[in-house]
Order: sequence, then C-alpha cells, then structure tokens
Amino acid sequence: MTDTPEIASSLTPLQQARRAAMAICAEATREELETVVAAVGYPGAVAILRRPETGLVLVRGRAGGDGDAFNLGEMTLTRCVVRLDDGVEGYAWTPGRDGARTRAAAIIDALVQSPTHASDLDAAMTPVRQRLADDLAVAESRTAATRVNFFTMVRGED
Amino acid sequence: MYVAVKGGEAAIANAHRLLADERRGDRSVPELDVAQIREQMSLLVDRIMTEGSVYDRDLAALALKQARGDVTEAIFLVRAWRNTLPRFGASAPVDTAAMRIRRRVSATWKDLPGGQVLGPTFDYTHRLVDFALAAGGEPEAAATAEPADDSRDCPRVTDLLDDESLIERHDAVADGPAPDLTREPLAFPANRSLRLQALARGDEGFILALGYSTQRGYGRTHPFVGEIRTGDVEVFFTPEELGFAAPLGRVTLTECQMVNQFHGSKERPPQFTRGYGLAFGAAERKAMAMALVDRSLRARELGEEMTSPAQDEEFVLAHCDPLQATGFVEHLKLPHYVDFQAELELVRGMRAAHAARRDAPANNETLTADPAPAREAAE
Repeated sequence: MTDTPEIASSLTPLQQARRAAMAICAEATREELETVVAAVGYPGAVAILRRPETGLVLVRGRAGGDGDAFNLGEMTLTRCVVRLDDGVEGYAWTPGRDGARTRAAAIIDALVQSPTHASDLDAAMTPVRQRLADDLAVAESRTAATRVNFFTMVRGED
Repeated sequence: MYVAVKGGEAAIANAHRLLADERRGDRSVPELDVAQIREQMSLLVDRIMTEGSVYDRDLAALALKQARGDVTEAIFLVRAWRNTLPRFGASAPVDTAAMRIRRRVSATWKDLPGGQVLGPTFDYTHRLVDFALAAGGEPEAAATAEPADDSRDCPRVTDLLDDESLIERHDAVADGPAPDLTREPLAFPANRSLRLQALARGDEGFILALGYSTQRGYGRTHPFVGEIRTGDVEVFFTPEELGFAAPLGRVTLTECQMVNQFHGSKERPPQFTRGYGLAFGAAERKAMAMALVDRSLRARELGEEMTSPAQDEEFVLAHCDPLQATGFVEHLKLPHYVDFQAELELVRGMRAAHAARRDAPANNETLTADPAPAREAAE
C-alpha cells in the first residue's frame, strides 16, 4: 500500500502522461470523454478485457492531517480495461458508477500510450482541459471575493 | 426472543405501496428529482455521505429521496448498498494541506498565509426567515475577485508554529493499513485511528452533544479553533496492475483542527495539544464536534483524569453509530409476543405471591417463593 503518491518526476514520461490524462478523466463528464474518443476516431476494434465494474475504495486521512493514517470512509469507483488492435491496454478507475464514462476513460488511457494517436488525443483533450481550468478559475475568483481583509482601528493616542 | 410469525403479507405489501404514495406527496406538486436534491439540499447530501460512509453525491441524494428525507433511513440505504460492492483497495492518505480552499477560517491566527476565506457560510446571517425564497426567483450572481498570489498556498495553521514546539506535532509513524471497523469488530482499547473512523461515521447529533458536554465542564479541554477548512482534495489510489498512483478526482472535505491547552506532564513540557475532525463534504458542525471529542478521548494517552462520558471511549464508540443505535432502539417495535407473554406470566405469579403474602398471617413467611429464577428462564 502506497502512503504517498509518487512525485511526478519519479515517473516515466509515459506514466506522467497517463496520470495527467487520468486526472482529467476523473473530473470530466461522460459526454466530454465520449466526445474526445469520437474526435480521435480510433479506426480499429476496441476489445473490452474487463467490463466496467463498480466498487469502492477506502479513502484515508491522517490524524491531525499529519499523523497516523485512518479510514475516513469509502468512495464509489468504476474500473474498466480495454485493448486496442495493436495490443495496447488501457486502464481506467473513475469516481462514481458510470460504466460508459469509465469505458471511455479506459480507451483514452490506451490512446495516450499509442504512438500514432497520442497527439490527436492531446488535441481532443484540450477543450476538456480548458473547461476544467475555466471552472476552477471561476470557483477561485468567487472564493477570493469572500477573503477577509482585516484592518485595525487606529486610535488617536500617540 | 424472536419467534417466526406468519401472516400480514398483504398488509405489508400495501403498507409499502402506501409508503411510496406518501413519499410522492401531493401529485399536483412537481416531483423532486435526484439532481435537485443533490444541488439544492447539498448539506443534507453531505451528511448522508459522511455517516453513510460512502462518497457519492448522486447515491446519497437518491437515498434521501427514497427515505422521504429521513436521515438515518437514508444512511441505512447507503450502508446496505455499500455492503454489496467489492472493495478495490485503499487510497493514499489525502493531503489536506494541498486542499483547493473554498472556506478557511481560524479563530486563533488573524493573519495567516493564504488568508481567512469565508466561503458560502451561514455565519453572520441574521437567521431571519427569507420569505422571498418561497416566491422563487434567481439570486444575484456570486461576487468575484482576483485571487491573491498566495491563495493556492494555504498551509495548515497547526504547521505554522512548528519551530517552537508550542503545538504538538504528529509524526506520521503508523503507515500502512489502518484498523477498519467495517471489517473487524470494535475492540477496546481502541487506538486513535480507529476512534477517528468511528467518529467520522458517527451520528452528528450524538457527537455534537458530547462535544458540547466537554465545553460545559464534563471533561473540559479548553479548545480553540485553530483552523477550519473546506475544499477539494485529490484522491490517489495505486491499483496493482497499474504500478503508479492513479488520480481518482477530487472529493470535498471539511477539516477542523482544534488547539487545546495541556499543562504538561513529567515527560512532556506544557504545550498545546490537538483534536481533529474530518468529514465528507461541507460539514463544519460535524468536523468541529468530532475534533472536540477526538481530543477528549485522548485523556488516557495524555494522563488526564477521566471523569466524563466524552472521555470514555467505550461509551462513545459503542454508542455513536447511527445505525447501531437506531437498530437496537427500533427493534423494540417488532413482535415480542412471546417475551411479553412470558413477562405477563411472571407478573401474574409475582402478584399472586404478593397477595398471598399480604393475606397470610404475619408469622408465616415461608409461603412466598422467590420469582427471580422464573424470570431468568423466561428470557
């Protein structure tokens, strides 16, 4: 069991690319992911090695944020494994219970690893990346408006 | 004692049909859909996720709809559903210091890196019923501002005074699997990890009342809110077949760090100690109450005099689960005909003995038999 995710620099460039795509898939909608898959237009057959299956992952926290690990609760997760014609296998673990979304994420993971499709995929993912960045920017600016700026009353005694 | 009772099938089926009908309510009123509950009853959804112990907003919203808004019933549905699923593994412990902050306040440090951010709070509202809401209509758009340069760098305030050791540190020592009360029955003494799991899924009302009791003097801990933060934290999970940690997206969490006085002991110099609360979603009251109770349950570890319910882990942990509590209380309404029949016989016997004793001459006491053994047998 890993207690901290590896830092990105310790991963291979391909692993880094897969993790980055997985992070987007985890936050994107089913429609967005299916649009990405359609835009890449993989010409071959996609075999389903493991059909989407929903289960749970235990979410752990740390006592005090920095102490011993403890089990906070679980979250729903769906996993799926696919294989492209050229033998590349794509894996997905996406939050929630949506099998179709997870299947699309698994195809995307395979495409990330496919030398002939990786750049098309990157282009197809751009709108999703942008949408997520825009949403984050909106959320951050709304939060920023509620930041407290304290000022101290200066009393007239020197 | 439970005895199989037959009959009532038609009544039960019709009761459930009636339940479904009453759940729907007046059919001239539009039906709620799950997305409406998820979006507009979000704090209730968060509570179901926390005590149901499954992070899944749509599932919690559906459970609420099915339960007609009954919190404990909805938690029951979520927990029962959860029991049907495989568990793929455990996440890496989440890093709350890297949270994308939506709210963050401290009652102890005014100026802290990253600032104090109120977020969507009920605090400072006047708690006046807003009758305009009944008429509907869209609220004005939320205000926006340019985020400050340090807005993404919000260290936990408990890490700020690190250098002086004025506040205790937790050095993460026990990595690897934490005790899991969903797999192993609760055993005492419980370690802090097990207590935190039980408190996190514990009933908000019960934990709140216990936390309150510590403030009123039953195991006083002199708390300050070091920090409360709500926001989104990325979850990582390493599947065996992948070989590196896969990001599972972000979950919204609320964390509370209580800072408490401690007078010190022979071994430890005086310093502030800490209580910790963590919950799914925006759950500030729960996180605060949990932090109070977490701290009071550390009484044994810190060598404090143990006098109060909130310091007694067996009392707290054995009674904080909403489903266990409701199960045992509510089972009383199920047929107990045989038990009660036995008790009736017993009371009749006792009454007869009592009458005989009363009517008998004062010097003849050997007539009365002790009914206690009969009672034992009846149970």
